[in-house]
Parts: sequence; structure tokens; C-alpha cells
Amino acid sequence: MEGLKLELKEKIIEQLNLEDVSIEEIGDDDPLFGDGLGLDSIDALELIVMLDKDYGIKLTDPKEGKKIFESVAIMATYITANRTK
Amino acid sequence: MKNCYINGLGCVSAQKTTESGFLDDIVFYDTNILPVINPNYKEYIPPAAARRMAKGVKMGVVASSLALKDAHVEVPDAIITGTGMGCLQDSEKFVSAIIDNDEEFLTPTSFIQSTHNTVGAQIALGLQCKAYNFTYVHSAISFESCLIDAQMKFNEDEASTILVGGVDEHGKHTNDLHRLIGHIKKEEVGSADLIHSNTDGSIFGEGAIFCTLSDEKTEHSYAKLVDVEIYSQLSEENLESRIKTFLEANKLSIDDIDLVVLGNNGDVTFDSYYKTIEEGLFKKTQQVYYKHLSGEFNTASAFGFWLASKIIKEQEIPTLVKINDQPKKTYKNVLLYNQYRGENHSLVVLQSC
Repeated sequence: MEGLKLELKEKIIEQLNLEDVSIEEIGDDDPLFGDGLGLDSIDALELIVMLDKDYGIKLTDPKEGKKIFESVAIMATYITANRTK
Repeated sequence: MKNCYINGLGCVSAQKTTESGFLDDIVFYDTNILPVINPNYKEYIPPAAARRMAKGVKMGVVASSLALKDAHVEVPDAIITGTGMGCLQDSEKFVSAIIDNDEEFLTPTSFIQSTHNTVGAQIALGLQCKAYNFTYVHSAISFESCLIDAQMKFNEDEASTILVGGVDEHGKHTNDLHRLIGHIKKEEVGSADLIHSNTDGSIFGEGAIFCTLSDEKTEHSYAKLVDVEIYSQLSEENLESRIKTFLEANKLSIDDIDLVVLGNNGDVTFDSYYKTIEEGLFKKTQQVYYKHLSGEFNTASAFGFWLASKIIKEQEIPTLVKINDQPKKTYKNVLLYNQYRGENHSLVVLQSC
């Protein structure tokens, strides 16, 4: 799980072009949207595509994303339980 | 026709044009792909906005910001942007993703940012400017199309301050293709020897050049934009007569022109257009060129426009842009001529004011 969290942080920084953010600055439980990293709806779309492409998880209900992308820890738990690749 | 003054300039290029001074420390390159000298983008663009901007957008935002600041204008009445290839890096990224992922897993960012009008849109967003915003995409006359549009806006009293610019960025795949078809020189000639290279193709560059145009002259004005004409097709045989007609329409003769700014790009096949007037109509006129400094790109003529405006204001010509060496005089009327591969020709006259 720790490895997956680290992997997710690296992917979030790279795919969302968060040039000024380091892995150490993203806490496992920090909110990704709103007050935390300040991600927006376009980032949410990027993360949905990442889940599909890298972990074989298709999110059909956008409301699901709101819960899954709350923090890196929640993402990692969801991916571990649902990944197909 | 209403007066149109150049009141501010901003230039991001392969030269140190965002710094003070006027080409007094020219940078030469050994490669055939000239990159811009990046300004500190963080000084101009908030990190949250910058993370989705490709280089062309960032260059455009900085150049436009400098042009507005130079003219002491906060928000213009219109933003008109010219670009030949638009946001090429994001276009390449998006198309590559389609191929690499077998048309699946397409992410939104590069698609959104890949459209040609992204630069004009991002400038407007940054300024919160909801005024007229238009982007012209027409190869080597993209920038000049913007100038014509700006003139018409002034003539119709629809604006009194207009931000006009040209932006193009490198795209690796696109440059590879241009190299393959010989538009980029096969041999590394170095920018210093460009016009003496005597081979096909050119060296490619990128950049963003903006100007603040106004119908009112200020103490900061660089020059007056007198007239612009564009032609998609023009033969070498008809070039001189076309120039004469253009000048006559503006009540100018060949002798009235004090300086000619030419778009020579070192391509032996197409520089013959420039040779025609260098050795013909303007044999006794001071001639300068600039694509050894900027590289060739669809809106490189905007760099020539920047150069001409600066020369008129400073009344000095940097030695390394001179094609010939005529006795120094007052540079009042300046003619700019550009074409790319024998197509999309433009004539512009600037005048001191």
C-alpha cells in the first residue's frame, strides 16, 4: 500500500504538471481538491483517465470520483480493492 | 484612414529581447533549431495557471504583458493574435496520445490547450479582458492579417487600444518532418552565416512578439503604422512593380524609403525574391535582415516589425543585422517585406512619428 501511495503521488505530480510540488508535500490524507492541492474539474478528468489506463478501473458514475479522489490514501485503498491490472 | 501608432512592444525570442538594451549582446547558435531565451515565467504567470500552459502560451502571456506595460495600458480594447501553427506542443501531445493509446484514454488538458486561439484566450483570461478577441492563422501572413484587422478596428472607431501579436512555438515532431522535407537545412550552418549558406532550407525558430497599437500618439510611441498589404501569390517578376504601387498608394516613392527590413532566411531557392529588390529598387537604401537572430517561423515577421520599430525609435541599427552599409541617415520611412517559400508575401510601411 505504501508503494502504491508513493506511485500515485508521483503520477499526480507528473500528469497534472504540479511543477512546484514535491512528493513530500503531499500528505497521504491531505485533500486533493479544494483547500489541499487545489485540483479542479479538469484534473478530476485526468485522474479518471489515469485510473482506467494504469489500473483498469472504469468510473462510470462521476459522483464516485468525488469520494475516491478525496486523498491519496483513499485512492490507494480503492485501487487496491478494484484494480484489474 | 485613421492613424495607428505603435505605443508598446514586448518580445520573447532567441535573443535577449526581454532585457534592457537593443540587441547589444547578440546570441548566435550552432544548431538549426533556435530556442527562445526563456524569461522567468513565474514573474508573469501564477503557478496554478502556468501548469497547463505550453511554452507558446507562456511566451505569449509574457510578451503581451511587456507590450502593455511598455505602453502604460492595463486592459486593451481588443486582442488580436497571429499564429501559423498554434499550440503545436499540445497538438503533438494529443495526436501522439491518440496513436499510442489506440484512440483510448484521451486526457482533456492537451486537447483543450491545443487550439490555435489558446494564446489569445489565456491573455484575455489573465487580464480579465472580455473585449474582441480574434486569432488569425494564415502561414507567414498571420501577423500581418492581425495588423490589417487592427487598422480596420481603428477606422470603424471600434477600439482605441489594441494588443496585436504573433506567436509560434517549436514542436519536435513537426520540426523532424520539416527537416525530412528539406525546409530545415540538412547541414548545421550556424545562425551567423545564414544568408551566405547557399543551400536549401532555413533554420527554424520560435517566439512571441506583441505590440500595443493605439489611434493616439503618446510620448512613448515607437512609430506609426502607415499601411499593410498581403498577397498569397506574387511572382518575382511582379514584386518590384507591386512595391512601387504599394508605396505610391501611400504617397511615397522609392527614394522616400530610408530602410528596408527583409525576411531573408538563407534558403537559396527563395531568397532570390529578396535579392531582386536588394539589387534592384533598393540598391542604394540601407537594408537589414533578422531571421539569423530569430530563426524562421510563421510569425517571424513580427520580429522584423519589432526590429523596425526599435530602429525608428532609437535611430540606430545594430551592426549585425545590416545586409549592406549605406551612410547613416534619419530612418523615417521603413519598408518591411517578407515571404515564406515564395508564398504569403507581406509589405508593411512604418513611419517615425
